[in-house]
Order: sequence, then structure tokens, then C-alpha cells
Amino acid sequence: MLKFIVRRLLIMIPQLLLLSIIIFLLAKAMPGDALTGQMVANPNLDPETMEELREKLGLNDPWHEQYIRWIGNLLQGDFGISYVHNVKISDLLGNRMANTFLLGLLTLIFAYLIAIPLGIIAGRYPDSWMDKLIVGYNFVSYAIPLFVFALLMLFLFGYTLNWFPTGGSVDVQVERGTWDWYLSKLHHLILPSISAALLSTVGTIQYLRSEIIDTKLKDFVKTAKAKGTPERKVYTRHIFRNSLLPVAAFLGYDIVFILGGSIFIEQIFNYPGLGQLFVSSISQRDFSVVNILVMLFGFLSILGTLLSDIILSIVDPRIRID
Amino acid sequence: MGKPLLQINNLKTSFRIGDEFYAAVDDVSLTVNENEVVAIVGESGCGKSALALSIMGLHHELNTKLEGEILFQNKNLLSLSTNELNNIRGKDMGMIFQDPLTALNPLMRIGDQIEETMKNHYNLSKEEMKKRTLELLNKVGIPNPERTYMQYPHELSGGMRQRVVIAIAIACEPKLLIADEPTTALDVTIQAQILDLMRELQNQMKTGIILITHDLGVVAEMADRVAVMYAGEIVEIADVFTLFNNPLHPYTRSLFNSVPSAADGDRLHVIQGIVPSLKKLPRTGCRFSERIPWIKKEAHEENPKLREVEKNHWVRCTCYQHFDFPKDAEDLHYDIS
Repeated sequence: MLKFIVRRLLIMIPQLLLLSIIIFLLAKAMPGDALTGQMVANPNLDPETMEELREKLGLNDPWHEQYIRWIGNLLQGDFGISYVHNVKISDLLGNRMANTFLLGLLTLIFAYLIAIPLGIIAGRYPDSWMDKLIVGYNFVSYAIPLFVFALLMLFLFGYTLNWFPTGGSVDVQVERGTWDWYLSKLHHLILPSISAALLSTVGTIQYLRSEIIDTKLKDFVKTAKAKGTPERKVYTRHIFRNSLLPVAAFLGYDIVFILGGSIFIEQIFNYPGLGQLFVSSISQRDFSVVNILVMLFGFLSILGTLLSDIILSIVDPRIRID
Repeated sequence: MGKPLLQINNLKTSFRIGDEFYAAVDDVSLTVNENEVVAIVGESGCGKSALALSIMGLHHELNTKLEGEILFQNKNLLSLSTNELNNIRGKDMGMIFQDPLTALNPLMRIGDQIEETMKNHYNLSKEEMKKRTLELLNKVGIPNPERTYMQYPHELSGGMRQRVVIAIAIACEPKLLIADEPTTALDVTIQAQILDLMRELQNQMKTGIILITHDLGVVAEMADRVAVMYAGEIVEIADVFTLFNNPLHPYTRSLFNSVPSAADGDRLHVIQGIVPSLKKLPRTGCRFSERIPWIKKEAHEENPKLREVEKNHWVRCTCYQHFDFPKDAEDLHYDIS
């Protein structure tokens, strides 16, 4: 197991290097450079100063020299600075990463809390009225775009009923680190995370439902019944465990989702997270930030597949990794 | 021969296809005595497995209709609730399944799977249960019980897994064992070992066995009595010597004739056509008549019944009196060279 993980982590190095080259080249191919954003912010900069700055920052060097400088700094933990915000990127990411992580985690917890029971009910009693209701919910939740649904939720629970705040990640006037501060954070998280969770259950529910329906017909279920095992235990001990395998396999990929952030949700709820930063950085041509974020998302995707493999090998004894 | 252990009276098992029910087991009556091995033979689709699953109550409740009576220990199994049935299943009645590769839960250790049977019916301590499980594994001929106890099904070979399936079935020493083609999925040497094992266990435990198979070799080796099934009905039933020496029903004779033998050289007798599907099954007249078209219609009964033609030898329909294989029918043979 350990050997497998180490090997996979080692394979990640060339994968990430390749990714970084592609990202860097793509960023270079886009119109403008790191200073374009500054131009927008400060239109009075004269072209000569710009050229001087370019020379000073090494933006006129050949791309591979720039790349090697960038990746070298990255490896030393220096993410560079954002030219729009004029702060170190690591400072820019820190808080937002924590925010995004909290939002993602809560969304995931709500999503599984909703999806697993519903999937089990739908699979255990297929074609019953409950199943039809659940499948109906699946259709609706799959069909509604997140930005429409999130706006509706915001309008209903935020503006009309006033139950939840309509934006931000915490009340400004509350002192950081106090009990009230944590409560306020949670209060801000609930509406966006439930909105996102309600629309991200389709896959899990449908997977679970069809897995249960399939597993019910398996021979080992007959064996279990022939032993005189009560129906309830046939389900918990034999059917559900076997049906949860594919769902468990997806858990690893969810880490991408947790840390990647939801662009729509963060935009609509004005929640300061990575997704929001990503969108604003692209529109403001803050290339250094975009590059780092894409690298981060790429890294998470690769890590996610590794995690999925590990989780699957834990829950399914047939899968051996060594 | 002991007392009757299981008595099936006029059992009719129907499956739902679309909105209608079609009988896969049609008016079957059969008695299994204590310590007796009754074989049920027939082609695929004859209703053998449907019969076995009916006895164990393993059919899908909503899509299956069971009529008639299955008397076991003075109780009609068909009128029991699932809970009452669960008290009998696994304890007094065990089942050995056809495919050992799929009959075990892939996520459970062998030991846990065997112990589940005991947990359902006895109140034993953990140590006692483990001791009994190891004994069982030893009994079914598993070379290293301690190791196998902790293993998962995928770590065992097909033959070993079938031994585990048998161990599960006999964990509570049932009085009746239903073996649904227990050797079909195994290769020939392993088949012989499993049959030896089953015979040995039967001698030790004096269980009644219903052995479902389409392998006449297995029947000859194991059975005391044989019921031949065709299209959901029993067409002939007799003790094994009578049946092998004097098969009467055209279907039985065709089956025997279809066993490859050296005397026939490269030619193999085949029965024309296939078992009709449930929907297309003729519900009146002799159901086998379609597959022996050279026999005149008058030879068949209009409403064929099982009749005792000699002591304990029952045959359905009168067509057996007029039946013979056509000498020149080429299409009844298949060139295997």
C-alpha cells in the first residue's frame, strides 16, 4: 500500500510538470501580459514606464527562461504576486482556501446526507410512490441550472424571509476567533451549501438506486436469504455494502470539488472563495493568480484519482494495490 | 426408506410476464423421504430451478404466484410468513447453489459468511461459533481452515468456494438439502470431488437431498429416485435402477439417447427443437409432442396424467407405448467430427 502511494506520488511529478508547461504556454498565448491588468487599473501609466517595468520583470525574455524562473520560484514556495491586488498570491489564497474548503465540505456533507438515504429508499422500493417522488426530484434538480436555483433560494430565504445573510462569509463586526464568529461563519455557509447540495445529488442517488436494484438479484443475496437471514439484515449486511462501492469510489474525486470551489455559488452568494477569485482574476487578466489556481486545480484532480483508488482498495477486498 | 420429509402437492409456480402469470412449474407433486436423494433432471428451462426456489421461498414475491402445498415438518411452507420461513431456512433446510463464483458475498470473509447461518438460528458464543466453523471447513475438505476462515471468496478457487457454499448449507445440519446443479459450474475432476463430498455428508448426516441436475452421470452416481421434468411438469418418476433400465417416456428416452457414447462414433443424438418459452408453452395435450413430430397425434392423450405403469414407476401420457426413434431421420443426429 505504502509503496503504491509513493509510486503514484512520484508519477505525479512529471504529470504536474507537463501541466505547468501547458498552463504557462496557454497563459502566454493569451492577449496581454502580467501588466495588462495594471493598465486597466491605472490608465495613466505611460508606455515607456511600462516597457521599463516589462524589462525589469523579465517579461521580454524568451518563454522558457520565464518558465524556468516561474517554476523555480513555485518549487521554493514562492507563488509570486498578484499585479491587480498588489499582494503576495499566498496571502490572497490563504483565507479564500479556508472559506472554499468549509463551503465545499459542508456542501458535500449535505449532499451525501440527502443522497444516500434517498438512493437507498429508491433502490429498495423501486417503482413505489416514494421512488417516483425521488426520481422526480432527480429530474428537476438535474434540469435546473445552479445559478437559477441559487438565485431563487437567495431570494426566498435571504431577502424575503431574511433567515440567512445574502452574502459574505462572516459578519464584519464580529471579533475573529470568538464563538460568535464561528456561528456567524456557519450561518453564512448554510444557504449556499444547501443550495449546492440539493442540486448535486443526482449522480449519487441514481448510482445507488441502480446498484441496489442490480445487487438484489445477485446470487449471494439468495444465499443470504437461504441462510434464514431476516430481510432487514439482508439489506444492511449484503446489499447496501455492495451497492456503496461505486459511490465510495467517487469520494476521492470530491476533494477536487471541495477545494476547487463552485464558481456559480461563490459568485451568487458573494462568498469570498477560490471560485470567485478565479473568475475575477480571469476577467482582470491577473495571469499570475490564474496560473497558480489552474495548477492547484490540476494538482487536486490528480490527487483525487489517487484518493479514489485508495478508498476503493480499502472498501473492496478484491482490489489489491501493491 | 424413511418417513416422508417433504411433500409437494400440486405445486404451481407462475411468473409474471407483462400483466399475466405463466406457470413455470405446473401441477408438480413429489415426495422426498428422510435420508433419500431425489434427483430432478431435465433440460434448461424445464422448471427445475423454479421448483427448488419455490421450496426455499426465494422467488420474488410480487412477480411470482405460488399455488398448491409444500409440506415440510407438518407445515405448509407456502402459507408461512417470511419470519416463520426464516426460522426454517438455513436451519432445517439448506441450499447449495449452482455457481460458487457468485453465490458468496465478495465483501465478507468466509468465516463470517458461514457463521451468519449459525447466528441466525443458534445462540452461540463467538469462540464456539468459530470452533464449529473451523470444524465445518474441515468437514467439507478445506485443507487449511484457519487460513480460509479469514479469507475472502476471491482468494479461493471455484472448487474451494463450492465447498464453502456446502459448508454454509450444512452449518445447522439441515434435514433437507436442496442442491441446484451443484457441479455444473465446476470442471470435471472437481465435480467428482464435490459429488464424493456430498455423498459422504449424506451418509453421515442422513439428510434428504433434492438434487437438481441435467447430468445423467451425476444422477446415476447419487440418486435413489429420479423425477424427469419437462416444460414444468414431471413426465416420469421412478427409482434410479428402474429408470435407467427401463426408461419409458419419450423425453426420458431421448435424454438418455443424447448422452454421448463411444458406440455411436462421431454422431450424437439430439432432441429436435428447444424447450418452448414460458409464454409459448402449450398448456393442453402432451407438451413433448411438438418435439417428436413423427409420432401420430392419436398416440398422445388429450389430457395426459401421470400414471403408475409398474410399481413406483409413473409416466405421463400414453405416447410412450407408441414411441420409437425413427431409424432414418438424419436431422436427429449431429455430426460432431
